[in-house]
Amino acid sequence: MRDKTQLTRLETETVNAAKTRKPLYAARQKIFPKRASGNFRRFKWLVMTITLGIYYLTAWLHWDRGPFAPDQAVLLDLTNRRFYFFFIEIWPQEFFYVAGLLVMAGVGLFLITSAVGRAWCGYACPQTVWVDLFLVVERAIEGDRNARMKLDAGPWTARKLMLRVSKHAIWLVIGAATGGAWIFYFADAPTLVGELFTGTAAPVAYITIAVLTATTYTFGGLMREQVCTYMCPWPRIQAAMLDENSLTVTYNDWRGEPRSRHAKKVQASGQSVGDCVDCNACVAVCPMGIDIRDGQQLECITCALCIDACDGVMDKLGKERGLISYATLSDYNANMMLATAGGSSSINPSLVRTAVGTFSDQVAHFHIRKIFRPRTYVYMGLWSLIGLGLLYSLLTRDRLELNVLHDRNPQFVTLSDGSIRNGYSVKLLNMIPELRTIVVTMQGLEGADMVVDGDDIPAGRSFAIPVEPDRLKTLKVFVRQPADQIHAPAQTFKFRVEDKANFESNEYAATFNAPEAAK
Amino acid sequence: MSDEHIDEVSGVSTTGHEWDGIRELNNPLPRWWVITFYVTIAWALVYTTAYPAWPMLTSATKGMLGYSSRKDVKNDLAAAEAAKGKYVAAIQAKSVSEILTDDALREFAVAAGAAAFKVNCTQCHGSGAQGSKGFPNLNDDDWLWGGSPDQIKQTITHGLRFASDPDTRLSEMPAFGDIITADQIAQVSAYVASLSGKVRDASLIQPGAKVFAENCVACHGDNAKGNREFGAPDLTDAIWLYGSGETAIAAQVRAPKQGVMPAWVGRLGEIKVKELAVYVHSLGGGE
Repeated sequence: MRDKTQLTRLETETVNAAKTRKPLYAARQKIFPKRASGNFRRFKWLVMTITLGIYYLTAWLHWDRGPFAPDQAVLLDLTNRRFYFFFIEIWPQEFFYVAGLLVMAGVGLFLITSAVGRAWCGYACPQTVWVDLFLVVERAIEGDRNARMKLDAGPWTARKLMLRVSKHAIWLVIGAATGGAWIFYFADAPTLVGELFTGTAAPVAYITIAVLTATTYTFGGLMREQVCTYMCPWPRIQAAMLDENSLTVTYNDWRGEPRSRHAKKVQASGQSVGDCVDCNACVAVCPMGIDIRDGQQLECITCALCIDACDGVMDKLGKERGLISYATLSDYNANMMLATAGGSSSINPSLVRTAVGTFSDQVAHFHIRKIFRPRTYVYMGLWSLIGLGLLYSLLTRDRLELNVLHDRNPQFVTLSDGSIRNGYSVKLLNMIPELRTIVVTMQGLEGADMVVDGDDIPAGRSFAIPVEPDRLKTLKVFVRQPADQIHAPAQTFKFRVEDKANFESNEYAATFNAPEAAK
Repeated sequence: MSDEHIDEVSGVSTTGHEWDGIRELNNPLPRWWVITFYVTIAWALVYTTAYPAWPMLTSATKGMLGYSSRKDVKNDLAAAEAAKGKYVAAIQAKSVSEILTDDALREFAVAAGAAAFKVNCTQCHGSGAQGSKGFPNLNDDDWLWGGSPDQIKQTITHGLRFASDPDTRLSEMPAFGDIITADQIAQVSAYVASLSGKVRDASLIQPGAKVFAENCVACHGDNAKGNREFGAPDLTDAIWLYGSGETAIAAQVRAPKQGVMPAWVGRLGEIKVKELAVYVHSLGGGE
């Protein structure tokens, strides 16, 4: 029997019902960040100067490598397939060093993030730095927040047109300079800059500049915070790097709430009141357009400008700085427990203070010790291990290499006196920008000698040959062994190369083939 | 057509088209999409006018810019030829031995010769120039007609026993099957084989030497070292074009096989022949 009384009807609503369906696209709301001032703002100016300085000037540094190599300190020479970095020269087969550096950059990012949160996003990310630069231009031309908002809302006048055109023009110039600086890493900078302005540079140079101008202008000027919020995967990944001991920009609501615009009046009525006066200074300066008082959120790049803004207000009110501060989740939680009396009541800021108004001893403050914990030790260890490995490999790497290709068609040649000859393409890699005389020797294969095709070197078991600076030299070497010395169809022997000047050497194990019958 | 009708479910106006009570919603395309669409049409018109595009009965429109992919290829080939011009001119002006003394020119000639070899010579001499029975191995140091750069060039230019070239290298070993007896053939074969290896019956060597002295020394020489004037092979070395051992030698004495190589200069021209000579000389046996 069915019992209809057992049926329960659930009170629920669909998330996106047909009746109330909204588009998935949300139009951007314009953000007009106010200029902030304070310690973090000064630090950001410094980081911006250094990073932009590195980007724009590195290509112009010189490094003398002698007459046989370019004298640009950092150069990615695609034509000759060389990468120069100060005292290091990298050949294509050594590109793993760059891969190693990228791995180090990754682990380094983990380390920084687990220690001080999204510091990369807030200070050093090119998106952040260039948006900052673009905002400097915007403020200089259109004024600070209120002036910009007024201008934006106002009708299109000649003045507005003039301001807007000049702003976008300067942005485009910055974009072009960004693309322009990029290409100097790929060719001799002084030469290229001349070619660039006389219109004789390679088309790829102009195309690169055009593309980077477009991306810089679009990302830095037009899209700004949307790049971080919608396009960038880092906010998602970095969030996973944070734990309860990571420093992040935090609104300390245990001392700020309940916020009030009329503190005195509320206090007079006997209600508790926090330090936050709800002045919205933190919101006005935020380049991401968020309210940090809503807590840690995906959009927050932790640029710390809200800390500067709030500290300024606290100073004026005569209260302690740090209503918004870098804090760890564990400290925050401890202080919240204190302020809510163990979570039993709503926030009562008086619980964290003593009778005379100072913070009680129980309030947790950040201690540098918290940065050193197993997680950061592991990242630090991993980072140094890879770094030391790369450094060791770099210091002990070969600058004289040898590759040997054994002729396979024919595998061997019988000569008129019955001896057997094998051909080899011997490739000598002189990986330093100096002319070197390399001695090539054979080891093993009794009775055999070698001759070099197209050279007047007499047959023997050793010869010396000059190899041009920073070049690969291919020699056709014929090795002969008399018939009566051959004892196997395939014998192994070694080619050895040595630079007598600095004793660098290398070896290659090769095979010598003979017909089955000859023994 | 009635007044504007709004669909109750979606809240979207309809076009007025109705089939069996089902109305078509009026969801116009986004404006940017429509503009892009028209731009592509305009672009297509411009593009197909500028470039070859519209098919006609026997050909297609040529396009206003006069572009043609064949012309591109032609230009590329001309550019490649021009880039090679310096080397080609030098090869034309110099003899093969002179080319060998110039490293850059030699390298160019070896590369060009290797390509020409792959097309014209591998059919007989093999892709590694290793030859096979009846076709000489060009890697070794045994040369029937000489292994100097100019001798190699001479052989490639005029060929071997190539009837239609008056300057071709010519020699003919008689078929001794008609001249000497079968016993004498066995004896001389044993003698020749003994010069570079062991033989089955050593008693044949002595009479064989006599037969050799009477019949063979004119071309192969007193010491059987051969004579490059006639392309007579050295019979004392380890290299045998038609096989080693008494049986193979006897067959060659009785009714010799004689290889023919065409004269290549008419087909490839002087420059290619020189490049081929440099390449063959570079294989390791060049003198």
